[in-house]
Amino acid sequence: MIWEVFRQERKGQPFVHGGSFHAPNQAFADAYAREFYARRQESVALWIVPRQAITAIEEFPDEFDLKYRRVDGYSIKERLREARERAGTASSDGAR
Amino acid sequence: MDARTQEFLDQVQAGRQVETGDWMPDEYRARLIKFIEMHGNSELMGVLPERDWILRAPTLQRKLALTAKIQDEVGHCQLIYRVVEDLGKPRHQCLDDLISGKSKFHNVFHYPTKSWGDVGVIAWLVDAAAIISQKALLKCSYAPYARVMKKVCWEESFHILHGRDTVLAMVTGTPAQFELVQEALNRWWGPLMHFHGTPIPAEEDPMYVWRIKSQGNEDARQQFLEGYVPQILELGLEIPDPNLRRGDDGIWEYTEPDWDELMSVVTGHGPASQERLAFRRLSRAEVGWVAKVMLPEAA
Amino acid sequence: MSDRARLLLELADDELILGWRNSEWTGIAPFLEEDVAFSSIAQNEIGHARALYELAARELGTDADALAFDRTLEEYRSAPLVELRRLEWARTIARHWLYETADAVRLEALKASDDPEIAGLAAKMDREETYHRIHAEMWLDRLLAAPEGRTRLEEGLRELWPYALGVLDDELRPVFVERVRARLPFELPDVEPVPRGRHEAELEELLGEMTMVRRSAPAGARW
Repeated sequence: MIWEVFRQERKGQPFVHGGSFHAPNQAFADAYAREFYARRQESVALWIVPRQAITAIEEFPDEFDLKYRRVDGYSIKERLREARERAGTASSDGAR
Repeated sequence: MDARTQEFLDQVQAGRQVETGDWMPDEYRARLIKFIEMHGNSELMGVLPERDWILRAPTLQRKLALTAKIQDEVGHCQLIYRVVEDLGKPRHQCLDDLISGKSKFHNVFHYPTKSWGDVGVIAWLVDAAAIISQKALLKCSYAPYARVMKKVCWEESFHILHGRDTVLAMVTGTPAQFELVQEALNRWWGPLMHFHGTPIPAEEDPMYVWRIKSQGNEDARQQFLEGYVPQILELGLEIPDPNLRRGDDGIWEYTEPDWDELMSVVTGHGPASQERLAFRRLSRAEVGWVAKVMLPEAA
Repeated sequence: MSDRARLLLELADDELILGWRNSEWTGIAPFLEEDVAFSSIAQNEIGHARALYELAARELGTDADALAFDRTLEEYRSAPLVELRRLEWARTIARHWLYETADAVRLEALKASDDPEIAGLAAKMDREETYHRIHAEMWLDRLLAAPEGRTRLEEGLRELWPYALGVLDDELRPVFVERVRARLPFELPDVEPVPRGRHEAELEELLGEMTMVRRSAPAGARW
């Protein structure tokens, strides 16, 4: 079986994919994960998963305009300038 | 070249990273497998010249360091063969092709080791030459391999230090110990000069064209000479090439290596090639039953 | 030599020689993942030997490397079990499991020692040996579960059993025997232990190879 290892380099950091190896069962997978990803104390924690338990997703529909739910869907510069002018709070250097 | 392949080529040349599941031209996949497999083969064959010396290491510290170094190399082979497997070639087939001579491994591992001097010189200078290539591979267009190289480079960092320390102990020891190093260097200089390959211009090297390699061979060799010749000479060692000198333009000149010899060695005609392959064949046969019992899919 | 020094050398020699034997698998273990794991075990054993030699060295007025490399054949106190050359995987696992099981009994006793240095070092080694034991057990399980594996393993265990009995003394041996019998699905016979004190023929060859580089320079040379 192929097993995938996710490793955490320091407490608080995300678990990141480290690599994969062959092992016949969980006991061996535990042993080999330690050897490959922690024998130099380079990881503080490991997650070990059989490869077949992982699903890969790489395609995402992007048909309609979904910008309303992202930061790049908003441009407030013009309206902000107008509001400041109306309130008399606009500064000459166009400050934020 | 069809349009889709051309587009792919343009993209990798512009810095695109390729993942395992991406479409890739057959040529790219084939070259990738061949190159990466050779690297894996080299890590595995590289163990053989060194492993005997674990048993003969003259102090407990050196024994531990050398064992750890060789352990890393076996580990690197594992990581690298996994990359090849995910590209479509199973590990057992890589091992079969290695043992039958169908696939190749780097020149330096076709030579015998004769003394503890070799141990120091190999760990220091051969690993140094290798790390230059490996650092360039960090930018490989094929991302799974580039990621493995990151771990490999990190682990290799102590190898060179251990090698240099081993050499330093000998060159500051007895005259006989100094001679061990000099004699080893005399034998290893030729293979080291061959190591980075023929001086083919990068644009003509298919490995570079597809951005599998990100550095030309001559560039790598110059980097090695620039970094390590001064370090070798400052110990009072002599380099067995009377034409070796650094030009005013910073380019190192040297006696042109015999490139036919390199081709002959990597096709299995090196002084230790057949003996090492026979050893691998034998040990694989003896433990074949274990792999079948433990990992039937990878046996 | 004090009993303490003798004990330390016995433990250290066991670990050194077994570590040396286990290192013979580096690069040629049955598959790559196991090669890396087994190499760590060998390194740990050499590391334990070093710590034990260092403790003995302070008492004997020498250094760890001198004890490891510069004694005569007769001065080594290793058990015959670790001296045998058995570069065959089932024998290797059999020896590994037998040794780890015996060593666990030994370490338990040492952790209770009145000597704080020995008790402390035994506790440290035991924490690392936990992983060796897990490794040996998982191999045992897996090999016993496969017909070909079980046959070969059983052969190996039977062959090495008299030697394994010689690792521990009369006081600790019964606990070891009980644990082995409880664990295995087949009987191991009542046999005489192959005792410490007599070296296997292979040890002389091993020491010759182990010391060949060291002996090539005068005593005290730096490496």
